[in-house]
Amino acid sequence: MICGLLHLTYTFPFVFMEPVLPKSIDKLFRHETGKLVSVLTKVLGLENLDSAQDIVQDTLLQALSTWPYNGMPDNPSAWLNRVAKNKAIDYLRRGKNFKVNIGPQYSYLLKSEYILTPTINQLFQDEEIQDSQLRMIFACCHPAIPAESQIALALKVLCGLSSKEIARAFLTNEETINKRIYRAREKIRGDKIELELPSPHELVGRVDAVLKSLYLLFNEGYNSSHPDQLIREELCEEATRLTYLLTLYQSTNSAKTKALLALFCFQASRLHARLDDKGNIILLKYQDRKKWFQPLIKRGFFYMDSAVTEPFETSDYHIEAAIASLHASAKTFEETDWKMICFLYEQLYKIQPTPIIALNKAIACGYAHNKKNALEELKQITGLENYYLYYTSIGELHYELNNKEEAKRYYEKAVKLTTSKQEQQLLTDKIQNCL
Amino acid sequence: MLIFQGGIKQDASPDELQANMNKWFAWVQKLNKEGRYVSGEALLPGGKLVKGQNVSSDGPYTEGKELVGGFFVLNAANLQEAESIAQNEYPDFEYGGTVQVRPVMKLDM
Repeated sequence: MICGLLHLTYTFPFVFMEPVLPKSIDKLFRHETGKLVSVLTKVLGLENLDSAQDIVQDTLLQALSTWPYNGMPDNPSAWLNRVAKNKAIDYLRRGKNFKVNIGPQYSYLLKSEYILTPTINQLFQDEEIQDSQLRMIFACCHPAIPAESQIALALKVLCGLSSKEIARAFLTNEETINKRIYRAREKIRGDKIELELPSPHELVGRVDAVLKSLYLLFNEGYNSSHPDQLIREELCEEATRLTYLLTLYQSTNSAKTKALLALFCFQASRLHARLDDKGNIILLKYQDRKKWFQPLIKRGFFYMDSAVTEPFETSDYHIEAAIASLHASAKTFEETDWKMICFLYEQLYKIQPTPIIALNKAIACGYAHNKKNALEELKQITGLENYYLYYTSIGELHYELNNKEEAKRYYEKAVKLTTSKQEQQLLTDKIQNCL
Repeated sequence: MLIFQGGIKQDASPDELQANMNKWFAWVQKLNKEGRYVSGEALLPGGKLVKGQNVSSDGPYTEGKELVGGFFVLNAANLQEAESIAQNEYPDFEYGGTVQVRPVMKLDM
């Protein structure tokens, strides 16, 4: 019965390829939670988010207390859906006596006993569930909510992570995360934010804000500040999943969205090659390129191609995705098209003149042209005095130019600035090599 | 018969709940493979305590810790064997759950 299903592994790259691959039940609860909370909130209204979450939690507990005895239902997701739906109907019936404030769109329909059940049934159809997740993304990433609260709220509500799990991912405590979520909820209440799609004239700006949040979310997963776990795969996974969701709707499937998804695909294809068995980080140069996940790279090129169709629009995500695609298609580190990457970083720097991009630009141009120039360029960057990768990069260039003593000096600066044990190990090894 | 009391927290996260459920699945699977599993039922919370003469009350034991969540009937050679199965394999000790191990009386009819 259940046994076969449990052994299907559900690794990151498959997240948004559900239609082509067998559905696995690992992470089922988490993903269903996001869907069900969204659709229930659509019914109950954003101010009753708590009740929506309670209903979903009850549903999961019911699954937990019956499936092990009776076996997994044939379609676990449909089972959860049905049970949550019935609980919602019960809740609304009871609510008549308690005067629950329900979602403004539906309050009229839900007042009548005759149309209560059909209305709920209608709302629990697949397209409606997807639509409510989309609305929820816009609500969570509403510009009135501070960025850090947006991400915390999205992870909680849309991705089904607990405050404790979010806190772990962001290297902070549960209390801080709860505060961030609380602040987001206060904003929602205060600004009367509803679960609705932005109007056409504000859509572009709102999608940009959403993409920015997803970009930050992915980044946190890809290069986490967590001391023991350099990569928080689940954050990358959720960012990718939500971006994929945005590509399913004409109104949100912009060239930028596709470029961002392409970028995520390319970056994620390397996730499993970035750490060795002991969890130490492996630099791009030394990665086993056979471990790069080709189907995901293919997906990356697919979205990349569709991101550059008419009407032509380019964005920083396009450039970043193009850079990532050049890395992904290089057979070896040496064969990488550094000249093109250098050029792209120059373009990116024009749009976003930040020190981090200047850093990357200098390094890429060093490989493409001249390392001594790169070193000079690096030393002129200001604003990265507390960033370990800045010193690592300077050290690296010194090392390659055979100034081992200088290299060591910079590695030692870097090692003091990183919280990640893996990074510290890597730098300690580098210092050893300089002796 | 193993009677399960208490177990995972009500406010566990979806991932925690699923991880716990997977442990239960694995356990049932193992018991089945060993030919030990006879039957089992999950109990819903709530219920009535009936005392006769039209007196009944809520309960018994509706509080989390004492709540009986379900039971398994297993084949075991003796009480000790059943006890050691529970001791070594019950997945919810970490959540403060406990197991009552009781022999089922066999009647020769």
